[in-house]
Parts: sequence; structure tokens; C-alpha cells
Amino acid sequence: MGNLRSIQKALEFLDYRAEVTDDKNKINGASAVVLPGVGAFPRAMEELKKRDLVETVKDGVSSGKPFLGICLGMQILFEESDEFGSSQGLGIVQGKVKRFSDKLKIPHMGWNEIELIKRPDFMEDFPKKSFMYFVHSYYCEPKDKKIILTKTSYGKNFVSSICRDNLIACQFHPEKSQKLGLEFLNNFGRLI
Amino acid sequence: MLAKRIIPCLDVKDGRVVKGVKFLNLQDAGDPVEVAKKYEEEGADEVVFLDITASHEKRNIILDVVKRTAEMVFMPLTVGGGIRTIEDIRNLLASGADKISLNTAAVNNPDLISEGAKHFGEQCIVVAIDAKKVTSHKLPVTSEKQKTEGNVGAIRESPKKWEVYIHGGRTPTGMDVVEWAKKVEGLGAGEILLTSMDCDGTKNGYDLELTRAVSEAVNIPVIASGGAGTLEHLYEAFKKGKADAVLAASIFHYREFTIRQAKEYIAKKGIPVRM
Repeated sequence: MGNLRSIQKALEFLDYRAEVTDDKNKINGASAVVLPGVGAFPRAMEELKKRDLVETVKDGVSSGKPFLGICLGMQILFEESDEFGSSQGLGIVQGKVKRFSDKLKIPHMGWNEIELIKRPDFMEDFPKKSFMYFVHSYYCEPKDKKIILTKTSYGKNFVSSICRDNLIACQFHPEKSQKLGLEFLNNFGRLI
Repeated sequence: MLAKRIIPCLDVKDGRVVKGVKFLNLQDAGDPVEVAKKYEEEGADEVVFLDITASHEKRNIILDVVKRTAEMVFMPLTVGGGIRTIEDIRNLLASGADKISLNTAAVNNPDLISEGAKHFGEQCIVVAIDAKKVTSHKLPVTSEKQKTEGNVGAIRESPKKWEVYIHGGRTPTGMDVVEWAKKVEGLGAGEILLTSMDCDGTKNGYDLELTRAVSEAVNIPVIASGGAGTLEHLYEAFKKGKADAVLAASIFHYREFTIRQAKEYIAKKGIPVRM
């Protein structure tokens, strides 16, 4: 899904060994999993099903190892999305994925501020507010508000990242967000 | 709040940076990866590579440039120039480009926009429009209001119009820019890169009326391009032109201003930017 090379290169830049794969055994054997993704929600789900990776992703999250969903990789963790009517997601996180109001320019594209709502250990030294790069037309609405890690304002406040135990997911692209984006990725990597 | 973006653009030929004023007098000025890295350090929000490599057999050089950039630079990279097929798009994205920009091919084959959006997502399909002001009666005036007033074909009272040009600005298409912008939005373009051919290279400022007309007509982000000579010009493109981003080449390229200076200037005037 989408630009896998960017996320791989960013992790390698930070001295992590990163491999792009759809091989179950490799995913199961990894010490951390990143689920990136840009593009359309239903198509992403189709691809996961086609490659028989739905259970692998679910296992990855429940295994307790660090798991990071990025952009569409965050959205498909949820139960359902409005994209193209209504599409079922993985249901790992309770809640819905909704489209921004048509009064706004869509996609929400560019640099916007994220504000930390809570400060888990891995985000200990991270600035309270920072700019990250976004490209998306839909946003996640988790049912459990306690998992909200950051919020961002576009027309109204929306949830720009979540964090629940070993599961971290962000709507922005840390791999495209220069210094602070790399720091966010490194914070995730240090959970290994 | 979503920040307004400042995007330096590098013309790349055979893997090297060049900048020609009005597409002439090209001058070699270094490695695109190094230049992009410099711009990143200065706080550029994105970078655009416009590949102007003419010979077909050298066209793969850009893929190598994009690959090397993706290893060093961690901000969005858009690549335009000579993209004709889904395969071209796939290769660039696989090399590490985040967005690709279609111009002539989008006009000749609008399906490429919708196919590209379907395959890779709307967010990575930028449509570049080269616009030239229509001063004569080349484009007939046919708005409903003018029809009822019996003013069909009138020039005197006609609103400003711009025509779409392709082939690097050499070929007029007869298409109206605002209409074309709406059409590409409907086809699935995620962004419009709007260049005023009248202003490009003049350093007299962006075509603000053009930028505003397109920006108000579509619901996707619009990048203003062509004519930046001062920091005030960048500010005007946001304030009066309603642009979401500005593209500039020579003012940054020849170090007249740094991107940091540009952002400080714009921020001071109340436009949200990422510092």
C-alpha cells in the first residue's frame, strides 16, 4: 500500500533494519510492525484479505510487540469507514472513520500542528505541540477517548494519533515530517 | 491550524539542477539531492523536481535522483515532467516520490488522472496547469448572464479568462483554465499546481486573479507558481490569491532570500506557516 519506500528509508536513516514484506512469517518474526498506507480504505482491506494478512495484523497487535499504523494504516484498524459508502475495517480499535466536511479543502494536505493530550513514557521528551505532515480526506473517531494521543485542528479538532498499550497509530506521516517526524518514529523504535 | 506551504522547485535535466528563465539560458547548479537537503534544513515544506530531460533514454536518471533523495530528505517530494503512463507513475512512487505531477499527459489523456487516483490514491496525483491570460476574443463569452443580456461574444465586459497551454507552454489547447481545474478535481486530482505563463520569470509577482479564480473554483489545494520576485509576492499569493501553497524557484535558488526569511516575513503578516 502506498509509499512503502519512504517509511523504510526513514527507519533505516534512524539505524533500524526495516523490510517491506507481505510474508506472514517475517511479520510474525519481526520485533516491531509498521502498517503504512495511503490510498483508499476498501482497496487496502481487499489487499490485506487477498494476501491473507488480516489475522497476521490482528495477531501483530495482540502479540504485545510495538505496532505502528500510519495514515490509512491507522484508519483500517477501526471498525468501519464512510469511504465509498461504508466499508468494514479490521475492528482492532472501536470507532469509525469519517470524511471531513465538504466546506473544507479536501484532502487535508500539508503541515498541521499536533497537540499531545496525554504523555505516555515513549513520548516523554516530545514537544507538547509540533508540526507534522498530513495527507488525508478521512479521520478516525475512536469510541474510547482515553486512547487519544494527539489532537489536531482542521475545521474542528480531530484525533491525529492514538496510543493503546503496544499499539500506536497516527494520521500524519512521521516519515515525511522532517526532524520531529523522525523523532516520533525513533520514539516508537525505542519501544523494541 | 493548517500551515500555508512554501515549496522550492528544482528544474532537473539529466540528473542535475538547472534553472532557466522562461525555459531558456539553462545553467547547471548542482546535485538535486544536495539542494533538496539544503532546502529541508532551511524549513522548506515540500520540494518539487521538474524533470526537463529531453532524451528518452536518459529518462530513467530521474528515478535514481528520486531514490537518492528519499534516503536523505524526509519531506514530501513531488516529481513532474514527461509522465505519460501509469507505469511512469508507479516507477516514480516506487522510487520514493510522494506525488507526481501531470501536465500535457493529463490534457491528452484525462483518464490518466482518474486511473492514477484509483491506483495510487488522489493524494499523489497533482495536475499542473500552465495558464495564459486571454486578452482577445479567443474564448467566447457564454455565461448565462451574458446570454440573457444579449452579450454573447462581448469582450469589453467579459471577466478575465485564462487558457490552458501544454508542451511546456508551447501549445495552446483552447481550454479554459478554471473549467479544466474543476474537471481535473472531478477526475480525482488531489492538488493543482497552477503556473501563470504571463508572470513566470518576470519576478513581478504571481497572477493573483488567476490564482484566486482557480482556488475559489475548486475544493482541492492550489499551489501558485510563476512570478515570485519578492517576499511580498509570496504573501500576496496567500492573502489575495487564496493559494494553499506557493512554488518558487529563482528567488530561493539564487539565494536572494532563504526559505526561513520568507517564512518569517509571511508569519509576521499573520499567515500561518510552520517555522
